[in-house]
Amino acid sequence: MTSLFNDNDLWGPLDPSADAGYGEDRPARKGFFTDTSICIGCKACEVACKEWNDVPADHFDMTATSYDNSHSLNANQWRHVAFVERPAGPAPVDLGMPGVAPTDAVSAGSTAGGAGSTAGGLLDNGADAAPDFRWLMSSDVCKHCTHAACLDVCPTGSLFRSEFGTVVVQDDICNGCGYCVPACPYGVISRREGPDGSRNVGIAQKCTLCYDRLDAGKTPACAQACPTQSIQFGDVEELRERADARVAQLHEAGVMDARLYGNDPDDGVGGAGAFFLLLDEPEVYGMPPDPVVTTKDLPQMFRRATTAAVVMFAGAALSFLGRRP
Amino acid sequence: MSPAEPHLEQRDTEAVPGRPGRRKGGRGGERSMVPEAEFTSYYGRPIVKPAPWEADIPAYLFAGGLAAGSSLIAAGADLTGRPALRRTGRLGALGALGVSMFALVHDLGKPSRFYNMLRTAKLTSPMSVGTWILSLYGPWAGLAAAAEGTRLLPESARRRAPVALLGRLDRPTGVLAAVFAPPVAAYTAVLLSDTATPSWHEAFRELPFVFVGSGAAAAAGLGLLAAPVHETGPVRRLAAGAAALELVMEHRMEQSMGLTAEPLHHGKVGRLMRAAKGLTAAGAVGAALGGRHRGLAAASGLALLAGSACTRFGIFEAGQASARDPKYTVVPQRERLEREGPVRYRE
Amino acid sequence: MAEAHPVGFQWVMEAKARGAKVIHVDPRFTRTSALADTYVPIRAGSDIAFLGGIVNHVLSNELDFRDYVVAYTNAATIVSGDFRDTDDLDGLFSGFDPETRTYDPSSWQYAEEQEERSAAQADDSGDTETQRETAAGLQSESHGMQVQGNPPRDPSLQHPNCVYQILKRHYARYTPEMVARTCGVSEEQFLEVAQAWAENSRRDRTTALVYSVGWTQHSVGVQYIRTGAILQLLLGNMGRPGGGIMALRGHASIQGSTDIPTLFNLLPGYLPMPNAEEHQSLEQWIDAVRKPGSKGFWSNAGAYGVNLLKAYWGEAATPENDFCFDYLPKITGDHGTYRTVMDMIDGQVKGYFLLGQNPAVGSAHGRAQRLGMANLDWVVVRDLFEIESATFWKTSPEVATGEIVPEQCRTEVFLMPAASHTEKEGTFTQTQRMLQWREKALDPKGDCRSELWFFYHLGRMVRERYAGSTDERDRPLLDLAWDYPTHGGPGDGEWGEPDAEAVLKEINGYEVATGRPLSSFTEMRDDGSTLGGCWIYTGVFADGVNQAARRKPGAEQGYVAPEWGWAWPANRRMLYNRASADPEGRPWSERKAYVWWDEAAQEWTGHDVPDFEKTKPPTYLPAEDAEGVAAIAGADPFIMQGDGKGALFVPQGLIDGPMPTHYEPVESPFRNPFYAQQANPTRKDYVREDNPMNPSPPEEHSEVFPYVFTTSRLTEHHTAGGMSRYVARLAELQPEMFVEVSPELAAERGLENGGFATIVTLRSAIEARVLVTERLSPLRVDGRVIHQVWLPYHWGEGGLVTGDSANDLIGVSLDPNVLIQESKVGTCDVQPGRRPTGPALRELVADYLRRSQGTTGEGERP
Ligand SMILES: Nc1nc2c(c(=O)[nH]1)N[C@H]1C(S)=C(S)[C@@H](COP(=O)(O)OP(=O)(O)OC[C@H]3O[C@@H](n4cnc5c(=O)[nH]c(N)nc54)[C@H](O)[C@@H]3O)O[C@H]1N2
Ligand SMILES: Nc1nc2c(c(=O)[nH]1)N[C@H]1C(S)=C(S)[C@@H](COP(=O)(O)OP(=O)(O)OC[C@H]3O[C@@H](n4cnc5c(=O)[nH]c(N)nc54)[C@H](O)[C@@H]3O)O[C@H]1N2
Ligand code: SF4
Ligand code: SF4
Ligand code: SF4
Ligand code: SF4
Ligand code: SF4
Ligand SMILES: [Mo]
Repeated sequence: MTSLFNDNDLWGPLDPSADAGYGEDRPARKGFFTDTSICIGCKACEVACKEWNDVPADHFDMTATSYDNSHSLNANQWRHVAFVERPAGPAPVDLGMPGVAPTDAVSAGSTAGGAGSTAGGLLDNGADAAPDFRWLMSSDVCKHCTHAACLDVCPTGSLFRSEFGTVVVQDDICNGCGYCVPACPYGVISRREGPDGSRNVGIAQKCTLCYDRLDAGKTPACAQACPTQSIQFGDVEELRERADARVAQLHEAGVMDARLYGNDPDDGVGGAGAFFLLLDEPEVYGMPPDPVVTTKDLPQMFRRATTAAVVMFAGAALSFLGRRP
Repeated sequence: MSPAEPHLEQRDTEAVPGRPGRRKGGRGGERSMVPEAEFTSYYGRPIVKPAPWEADIPAYLFAGGLAAGSSLIAAGADLTGRPALRRTGRLGALGALGVSMFALVHDLGKPSRFYNMLRTAKLTSPMSVGTWILSLYGPWAGLAAAAEGTRLLPESARRRAPVALLGRLDRPTGVLAAVFAPPVAAYTAVLLSDTATPSWHEAFRELPFVFVGSGAAAAAGLGLLAAPVHETGPVRRLAAGAAALELVMEHRMEQSMGLTAEPLHHGKVGRLMRAAKGLTAAGAVGAALGGRHRGLAAASGLALLAGSACTRFGIFEAGQASARDPKYTVVPQRERLEREGPVRYRE
Repeated sequence: MAEAHPVGFQWVMEAKARGAKVIHVDPRFTRTSALADTYVPIRAGSDIAFLGGIVNHVLSNELDFRDYVVAYTNAATIVSGDFRDTDDLDGLFSGFDPETRTYDPSSWQYAEEQEERSAAQADDSGDTETQRETAAGLQSESHGMQVQGNPPRDPSLQHPNCVYQILKRHYARYTPEMVARTCGVSEEQFLEVAQAWAENSRRDRTTALVYSVGWTQHSVGVQYIRTGAILQLLLGNMGRPGGGIMALRGHASIQGSTDIPTLFNLLPGYLPMPNAEEHQSLEQWIDAVRKPGSKGFWSNAGAYGVNLLKAYWGEAATPENDFCFDYLPKITGDHGTYRTVMDMIDGQVKGYFLLGQNPAVGSAHGRAQRLGMANLDWVVVRDLFEIESATFWKTSPEVATGEIVPEQCRTEVFLMPAASHTEKEGTFTQTQRMLQWREKALDPKGDCRSELWFFYHLGRMVRERYAGSTDERDRPLLDLAWDYPTHGGPGDGEWGEPDAEAVLKEINGYEVATGRPLSSFTEMRDDGSTLGGCWIYTGVFADGVNQAARRKPGAEQGYVAPEWGWAWPANRRMLYNRASADPEGRPWSERKAYVWWDEAAQEWTGHDVPDFEKTKPPTYLPAEDAEGVAAIAGADPFIMQGDGKGALFVPQGLIDGPMPTHYEPVESPFRNPFYAQQANPTRKDYVREDNPMNPSPPEEHSEVFPYVFTTSRLTEHHTAGGMSRYVARLAELQPEMFVEVSPELAAERGLENGGFATIVTLRSAIEARVLVTERLSPLRVDGRVIHQVWLPYHWGEGGLVTGDSANDLIGVSLDPNVLIQESKVGTCDVQPGRRPTGPALRELVADYLRRSQGTTGEGERP
């Protein structure tokens, strides 16, 4: 069955738009390098995306999870800014849970402190025992995987690879089967829900990397709106170099937690078109630690299924070969 | 676990209504027997999204398996001269196919969306492949059932040209349906496994065997239930073999799934899976030992059908639960990282 | 800054990337703290103690930039021997009158060479009660102090009464221990900040100080900034690149609305609104500004005033009729927004115009705001949405409590739809005093119109109504020069949109005879031959070109980017930049070169427009009896000040004292650790039954309100919410009113994350969802653990997302200098669960009043 697929069709490094058949004159692969170390959590990216792409805003519930009320990436949220409040590194004492913290406030010692610095202490002015505290912000988005499970499993061809190497839904072709939803290893894409009559209900939706804007030679709306250049848009090749340089710079500055995520073309999805500089483990931000595109195992799955089918056939045949009762 | 995590988890809120993929995070239901795995998450929110599918899909899995198995039985019965069993098989296959098509279209929302899938053929999409398999199987199964139907017509009517043609195609269509039936039963395993849903994907090695076993057992169950006992000898053997295959492979699957097998034991899913095993085993034993007795045969048949349905619903729900809890995404990946380092492509 | 000025914060991030150290001092950990190198949690309302500690650190370790301090500040100037400091008087300065709770500042003046005090100095030494009522402090502040003659100086800084020594003594008790005790900041962290600031200043380096309303909305708000100014002067950070004090302002063009003010006590260009008693003639008014005999640039005030009057009344304004000075309305006292609201409640106000303001939610003491508006004949609201200030009569919390009955509320509300900023042309003046022209992007929808349109046509119609009148009192209206050209836009013909460029041109000023636009305010004449609406804006239309519309990209010019927009005065990007060169006119250091004296060309030059007379050499010394601009020496950079020096000690212009002193907020759970005097003695109070204050020590029962609260902004919302709660894509980002509490306080009061809490003061009680977060931490202050809670103030009952308004909690007590409300700190109680509704809400508050034993009506606290 493997032979039905070309080399690296299902995983491994690849130029996705070339693989999709775009010719020599195709543009360079476009993507994002999101440097979360300079994200200020302003959510301008979220709003700009919704404005430009006319994504509905109809969710007015407070989640009480820091300042994140957008909850997750989904059909109505193509950019999602995560807010992580946590001690920087293992805290010396159990901070307890909200509402059940130790009554002796002083012993809790959970004083907030600046990024990379120690906080002013409750522990008798001067005692420097308060743990570092960090508030991490990170703007998440569709990864535009080199091997995009969503695209691979889509039965209608609604999801397609653009000439920019990005993964785009054609919402007029999507049949709402929802298969792409569980396929995505990052939990990005989903079907739009909403009141009847609102736009594209039941249709899979996600970041298009602003296909229309790229087409017109413009920067995607979110990157354009980002005030700190936390979202950097450009040629993936060049962005990867930039990202390497930035990590090196941060390491030199002593920020040893800085790491890249999704930049490696040899990784489980063949490298993400949108990759990140993180200051903590990916799962802290709600991302999978080491995702692998499901289709990597597809040939094996088909082989197994073929065997099973043969077994079924043979089993049935055998049952009838016996003596008549 | 760093002390921050439980409290991050603690702060996650209930399901957010009206939005996709927003179900209650974390550990619903029973506590695990093993100590809670240590892992970090973002407020306990899911990482991968559960499939936006409802009962339609496990119903479709069940009915598809049943149809496939029934076509096989019908062909066997036809070739070995067991008319009642043949009839049961053919009509059962058509009925089950109808149910599965209804479930599929209901899930999609409207019939035209099914035809949309026929506009392309995509090897990387098990759903596309499955659609084509169904399209190759369905007509033969339908024709075979129609041919079966012609037998009920008065002789005069059967001589009319189209009906007569159908009658002549009786055996060939039945055999073709049987040839295309096993893929129908098997592909649904790939459909589930080719996702990032932890408990489905991790099951990919054994799941096709579980599903073909389950489908064959269900079909055998239907045969036992509906056909006269003197014709059901092969069906009893099939029941025993299919159930054995399903149970053995299910056991091996759980062994190989690691942590992602856990949802199969929890809560409602746990009850479903226990019921599935019990019913399937009981049905098989009943069929093998008491299949000549009409009442026992019927009861065994019912047990096998119910067991198969439980298997499908159980595995379906286990996958959904595994997607809703970030633990099943994070911990296996973390463990693999610790074991083997990051997954990297090597020439 | 990241919260409220995210776009500006990109430059902080840029600086950080280049190695700058960012320090954030704030009661709560914000988005800014998250990106800062150091975050210092501080007790709200204690910054003067913190900054005073740094002043003390600098002075006692002699870390000041001595050459700069001696030459450019009044450190060496000797103060009158009559002056008594707070150390002697337990928190008061000399000259305090307990009756009026104001000072006679005579004893704060500079010592005189001769015995008697000069006219210029004595002038301000009278009745500061009137000054407080009319927020005259604001005028004096912007006008600088007036000095005549040459007060004695001791450049060795040894004289016991020189400013340097007074300052040193004053801040000696602001030790690290006292800072820790008062602010809840550890001594280590305090010293870290102090050292960082001092080390990054002086000759080769500069430190910028950025503040916003976390510092201003206090009963001692002005003195907060003053403390910052003292530090920046001591460390040589004023008038130099990378230094300065940056007030990050609020609304788009809020700077513009101070320059061309919407304030009751100012006219354009910081000319004071004439006072009915003191300014009976043009001359009296002008002299009050220019103070004959004093030094500095205000000596030309006559021209500025006359040009303004000419802009108002055009041809009708002649030298013979004092340029229609009599037509100007005069003030008689406090006409500030809070006074006005009290007067509304008391039935003394008939109508109210609200243009782009939502006081029902945005102003302190929401209940008073709404009760006041419900007692008017009419109110005109021009806004983008139907905001709470237009719906108060049917939706406000007082309707639920029964205090406003919609059927009986007599106020007639006129809601006029406003065009938004994208739908009209004009300028914004941003925080750097820069005017930026903005084109109209699209026509407003439906009946929406610009403010310019509204006022122009309103004026036109009113004038038409009165056209035939011979009544003398209608002359000011009928004589107005009200003839702006209209062009296209939403209305046609008679209803056209006035040409905003024509207005800008009038503001810039022109020669009456020729219409030639003036290129500098130095061209303004006081004889009526020129006309200009705002002297500091003169030059924005130089050469007949709209200079504010310039958009040359930064990459195509130097880093000062003088060709982007236009900054007042004279397109100068940094004020007092003469201070970037040493007294001889050479840059203090190569790294920090900005403007300098070009010996060969005999003129000032550099990267920016020099803030100095172009050809006045550094060696210039004024004659003994010189006046005005001529009296400013070649080495005196602070040219708006009478002595050309930066004021470490302020003898004139401040109601509450010449040096900042730590006072507790009006509502505080603590006794002032420094002095017997608890709160700012001169603060503006409105002692009324409907404006009760929570008790504070030394009063009894302050424990009824054990927690400190502070209010501020979220990135996701805008002020009173008119522009965010009504817009779905913003409203969903922060969909509910909430209160941030520390895990410790949550435990103490049984608050659950995501649950509800009720916050109570003597004004009202509000409910909010609880966000338990370690971003708030309890502090140890004065030996006790104190919990602070934080509230955003963006919610009201209108819009897509609704919630209680934090301003309902806040009472009215004001800074005496500028009459800003103390909305950044107060005390409260916090209880789990939702608040009672209907009349029960008032009962709850009444119960708290009983428990706090009725401080209402009992008058002032010490
Ligand atoms: N997104 C957004 N941006 C805005 C606005 C908005 O509403 N939303 N409003 C605009 C307007 S009108 C203005 S005036 C500016 C205001 O801009 P800012 O002044 O930056 O805004 P605030 O959030 O009110 O207050 C700033 C900080 O002061 C802190 N603070 C409170 N009390 C004290 C204290 O005693 N000492 C110290 N050191 N800090 C204290 C608060 O915790 C808060 O973090 O923002 C403008 N920009
Ligand atoms: N507790 C507490 N209270 C505070 C503060 C605080 O920090 N804490 N901050 C204070 C500060 S700094 C400020 S500036 C005030 C702000 O308080 P307000 O000025 O009362 O409130 P805004 O919501 O800014 O009101 C502006 C209104 O103008 C409308 N608008 C926008 N553009 C236009 C236009 O072009 N034309 C017209 N006609 N209308 C327009 C908007 O829809 C909005 O309703 O709040 C003050 N109140
Ligand atoms: S992140 Fe998910 S949705 Fe985006 S391209 Fe990859 S698989 Fe598709
Ligand atoms: S929901 Fe739409 S985009 Fe997703 S797999 Fe189905 S057809 Fe493709
Ligand atoms: S690239 Fe475009 S579609 Fe994607 S998140 Fe950014 S703004 Fe939205
Ligand atoms: S716009 Fe930029 S800084 Fe703001 S939240 Fe998005 S990524 Fe972060
Ligand atoms: S709202 Fe306007 S002024 Fe305020 S930060 Fe954003 S861009 Fe700047
Ligand atoms: Mo403001």
